[in-house]
Amino acid sequence: MPKYNRMRLELLSLPENVGIARLAVASFASQLDFTLGDLEEIKVAVSEAVSNAVIHGYGKELGQIVVTGVYEGDRLSISVEDAGRGIADIELARQPSYTTDPERMGLGFVFIESFMDEVKIESEPGRGTKVMMVKQCREHAGREN
Amino acid sequence: MIKIEFLPEKEIVLARVEGELDMQAAPGFRETIDAAVDSYRAKRLLLDFKNVTFIDSSGLGAILGRYKKLAQNNGRLVIAGARPQIKRVLELSGVLQIISLFETEARAMQKM
Repeated sequence: MPKYNRMRLELLSLPENVGIARLAVASFASQLDFTLGDLEEIKVAVSEAVSNAVIHGYGKELGQIVVTGVYEGDRLSISVEDAGRGIADIELARQPSYTTDPERMGLGFVFIESFMDEVKIESEPGRGTKVMMVKQCREHAGREN
Repeated sequence: MIKIEFLPEKEIVLARVEGELDMQAAPGFRETIDAAVDSYRAKRLLLDFKNVTFIDSSGLGAILGRYKKLAQNNGRLVIAGARPQIKRVLELSGVLQIISLFETEARAMQKM
């Protein structure tokens, strides 16, 4: 029987919810045979996507962030969606060191792209952003770490 | 949580950081470290990351901000004791090209 499960989490765009989102997704992902290293990478990717939604999506305003996770077989798909300001130039935002905040490094998307196998971003100014990420669970990964 | 210690003989601020360094923790990290460095007028900062369990780009940004501040005063920031997953994020970010990482607090202390 194929492995299938899904989760959905709705959070307010508060900094204290970033940790909840990454722990919930990592816990969900741990139902597959990911290595501890893979789970750490998933946590970083989710943390970056949710932090972006809090900081860039909503800024000082409060809004809703929806985090979903689905796995089918060994393929885990995660999405982080906000209804905030959106990104005017997605390609520019994906560039390393691109940042609008001097205390951040502009590495959010770099980490997401490094740690996940597939990344897709949909965004429209004024309507929000959806980051979709996929990580494949390699066979027997759980025995390596 | 951060435990601050000042080592007067070496003029080092030693900050033992615990827990997760993300966007929620970064402002407190920034304020605590800056207050300690300013109050001791220290030029050397040793961040012990032995008990840091998570870091993302918000945490890295806070580290880089402290590095820049110290560098402006000819100071130095080093990190010690990072766990493998923390080390991996530090490496990927490129910060280890400008910030030295030591295996242990004692080793870092010797080299500072």
